[in-house]
Amino acid sequence: MAAAPKIQLDVVTPQKLAYSEQVDLIEGPAIDGLIGILPDHAPLVTAMQIGVVRVVKDGEEIQIAISEGFMEVQPDRINLVVRTAELPEEIDIERAEAAKERAEEKLEKGHDKVDFAKAEAAYDRALARLKAAGHQDHGYDRL
Amino acid sequence: MQNMRDIQRRIGSVKNTQKITRAMKMVAAAKLKNAQNRAEDARPFFNKTVEVLRGVFTRTKEAAHPLLAEREGGRHLVIVITGDRGLCGAYNHKVIDLAEEIVETEEEVSLMVLGRKARDYFRRLDTDIMAEYVQLDDYPGYGFANNLADEIIHHFEAEDVNKVSMIYTHFNSAISQSVKNMQLLPVEKFAEEAEKPETEQKEPVEAEMDAETDAETVEEEGEKKYVDYIFEPSPAEVFDNILPQYLINVIYSALLESKASEFGARMTAMDSATENASEMIDDLTLKYNRARQAEITKEITEIVGGAEALK
Repeated sequence: MAAAPKIQLDVVTPQKLAYSEQVDLIEGPAIDGLIGILPDHAPLVTAMQIGVVRVVKDGEEIQIAISEGFMEVQPDRINLVVRTAELPEEIDIERAEAAKERAEEKLEKGHDKVDFAKAEAAYDRALARLKAAGHQDHGYDRL
Repeated sequence: MQNMRDIQRRIGSVKNTQKITRAMKMVAAAKLKNAQNRAEDARPFFNKTVEVLRGVFTRTKEAAHPLLAEREGGRHLVIVITGDRGLCGAYNHKVIDLAEEIVETEEEVSLMVLGRKARDYFRRLDTDIMAEYVQLDDYPGYGFANNLADEIIHHFEAEDVNKVSMIYTHFNSAISQSVKNMQLLPVEKFAEEAEKPETEQKEPVEAEMDAETDAETVEEEGEKKYVDYIFEPSPAEVFDNILPQYLINVIYSALLESKASEFGARMTAMDSATENASEMIDDLTLKYNRARQAEITKEITEIVGGAEALK
């Protein structure tokens, strides 16, 4: 596929280089909303929030659950530096479900501001994981 | 010549010590493996963070953000990362020496000490200690780095301090660690960082290719030419988000590197202690045998002498 332009995507986390491939496009949650990047994009820097990054590579779609981080875009490469990144096959669905329930519980009780923010972040992370893993029967409108 | 029983007792005590040092070596080796993996896994993350963000700061014209502000003079906050325990060779001391040099040469210095060794040392010196953290985790978490970064940012924004740097130990291998001094705030720009390419060379293979190409781009366009980055949604908001992340990531990596170094240093120190004990035991055993031989010879001479006298 020499004809279609590609862009090098590197997803880096403290644990590992989570993903490094030539891709067709990516779409992910920036702090001000969903952002899509195609090859030959102008240089850009933005911060990312918890959510799901959609990557299209050779016509196939891959979803990566990420948490906070930032992204630097150059015309030929994307550096996505985030705290966690999980490919669908790495996601432990049961754990994510359990985390979601725990977070929901805390959100309902939610008195302390800090606790509330933490629970909210945990909830978002769990949702992102479930969504990336392809579990559709949950309320994902949030992300 | 020492008394035989004394020598035997020494051998016993050296053997006991050797057992302890050997056990400590094994513990350190086991922990090292884990800590080393974590530190090495985090390296691409650290390098990317530094490379990307410093690149952005360098190539962006004076981006107005409080955390990039260079203020003259004022207090210098030094974060000193050591271990809680000794018996690890020169590990703690190398860090403390470098920190002490700064404390002595600069006028207003405050410390943020991590690890009991640094705390105890600088307490005795009566240095201003702004914050102290002891009993660190063997495998520090991201949350801890997050708290540290928050605290540093708070002090910097309140203008309690005008410069923040961090002294930690970089893990090269189990037998080689190097102490590093890194400026955290205001965030350093690339041109001042001379040792950058060197650290990238030691990268694991997979990251090496990126590092090389990136180094080239930086050389080509880094010095003078500014890239017009688009900041989504605005430079201020982006910097608000990514500057704290830069700090957390850098501190987190430094913690991992330091811990791996500590275990490496301890393993090496305990290994040579065990070896020294072996040598000492060999030496003492030789002495013991000589003493025994001398005793036997003496007895034989006495018997022969006695027999001669009876003739």
